[in-house]
Amino acid sequence: MDTTEIRCTANEMRKDILRMIAQAKSGHPGGSLSCIDLLAALYFGGVLAYDPRDPKSEGRDYFFLSKGHVAPALYAVLAHAGFFPREELMSLRQLGSRLQGHPDSNLLDCVEVSTGSLGQGLSIACGTACGLRLKGRENRVFVLLGDGECQEGQVWEAANFAAHQRLGNLIAVVDANGLQIDGPCREVCDAGELGEKFAAFGWEVSRTDGHDIEALVGLFTGLKAAGGQRPHVVIASTVKGKGVSFMEGQAGWHGKAPDAEQLAQALGELSRNGVCDG
Amino acid sequence: MGAADHRATARRVATREALGATLAELAGEGLPVVAVDADLAGSTTMQRFADASPTNKERLFNCGIAEQNMIGVAAGLSLAGHVAFTGSFAVFGTGRVYDQIRNTVAYSRLNVKIVPTHAGISVGADGGSHQMLEDVSLMRGLPYMTVLVPADYAAACSALRTVAHLPGPAYVRLGRAALPCLYNEGVDLEVGRSYLLSEGSDATVIACGVEVNEALVARDLLAAEGIQIEVIDAFSLKPFDADTLIASVRKTGCVVVAEEHSVYGGLCSIVAETLTATASVPVEFVAVRDTFGKSGSFEELLAYFNLDAAAIVEAVKKAVGLKRI
Repeated sequence: MDTTEIRCTANEMRKDILRMIAQAKSGHPGGSLSCIDLLAALYFGGVLAYDPRDPKSEGRDYFFLSKGHVAPALYAVLAHAGFFPREELMSLRQLGSRLQGHPDSNLLDCVEVSTGSLGQGLSIACGTACGLRLKGRENRVFVLLGDGECQEGQVWEAANFAAHQRLGNLIAVVDANGLQIDGPCREVCDAGELGEKFAAFGWEVSRTDGHDIEALVGLFTGLKAAGGQRPHVVIASTVKGKGVSFMEGQAGWHGKAPDAEQLAQALGELSRNGVCDG
Repeated sequence: MGAADHRATARRVATREALGATLAELAGEGLPVVAVDADLAGSTTMQRFADASPTNKERLFNCGIAEQNMIGVAAGLSLAGHVAFTGSFAVFGTGRVYDQIRNTVAYSRLNVKIVPTHAGISVGADGGSHQMLEDVSLMRGLPYMTVLVPADYAAACSALRTVAHLPGPAYVRLGRAALPCLYNEGVDLEVGRSYLLSEGSDATVIACGVEVNEALVARDLLAAEGIQIEVIDAFSLKPFDADTLIASVRKTGCVVVAEEHSVYGGLCSIVAETLTATASVPVEFVAVRDTFGKSGSFEELLAYFNLDAAAIVEAVKKAVGLKRI
């Protein structure tokens, strides 16, 4: 897809995210909307290698969603990528659904591993990066973390390990929306500037606008091609609830479903924002 | 079944010694095993796996003192097609990382083998902070988790070999104490099986791990007093072999359960759960009673916590006495 198409797809996925959370009457819209442009760039910008007809293909790149609560964003991008029908999105969180409240890899082949307990994805990504290197494979490993999630100590155990192991095939992306359940990250328990922390552990660090599709595709494509001897982290500045006026920058929309009226307003805003007009 | 009872011979080996040796064998046979440890590769014997060949060296990942990361790295390695074994001591390798095992390994049903060493009081002098007495309880409560508790070196080799070829998560409990060899080397013990090591008519003693040897010592002491006990090695705690237990209990009419573990959640609980559904007989427990461990030699601690053969003898006499009421 070209940049305009990716932007429009991301806009459609925002609508899907809101519809499915509203239908489920629970879920996490704030973080799903902050990270959806990152996922759109990875899946539709020609960055990740994948085959929707063969989710476990040997040539695929691995994507791990460490911040598992933004499952609606992951499901939306997987559906739009063709791994399962878009209609299935509306089964989110229903009894018997493959779309569990947090991703369950036993139910969906296109989900690499179950997540939901924060802080674990970077370690898993490190292990897979080691495992691919052992096999002499060139596949890349991407992992998406939240900035609030980086308060988990295990993230820094993994950061240390990745640098020690020289995992140049590993690219971590931090969805830095600045908010967590109890409020702004810097007020709840300030971890400081995360890029500096990763750099101190020996990582290469990039900083970018997490909603600039063109910049994201360019950056990710370059990092995927680079390889090298050091793991790479992208600190992506994002806005929680991005795209919906009354959700933007509001910690209260971390884990709350919109009611029918709020959904209608949000969908209206997303339909009138001109993103898909081009 | 391969139970040879070599207790009279001088050979005593710790079950942890099976780890590095068996991993090296499995790698030699072409299985893509990887070992992931947390600064205890020497103690767990994983280092011996790494030292066996240059290829193996690349297949040991030392995470440093970072057990949570150890489990995650093993999970990731398994997702790339390797058979991952995790080390450290049981107290850290199960308890400290319970959430990582629960939510990443078990929930995703990954091919990760949790095989820490130094379980139970066999750690000895390091004391209660290092003596893991709740590991079986923690691991057995997890869906999809297979739990094996080998009684000697050969059983430990068999357990490790078996889980390596069994897709999905597994826990193998390994200890530090040197134990008499009960099984023939190369014995092939099965998941879901207990093993009747000794036949008798008066009481059933079902034990696992280090307690199997204590049960065999108790058998000889009791035989001298005219009491004949059956000794069952509960090698596979999950899945558990209810049939062997029930058949024995139907014959003897009472049972003593012996484990080097908390009385909560391990073999004592398994036997109670099993018999509740099938038979009403006296049951006595030889296990650690809702307390932490403490410093001392392994042998001293076996006696202190009433886990030795003498304690089993007393429990058998009590159970046999209750049969007559």
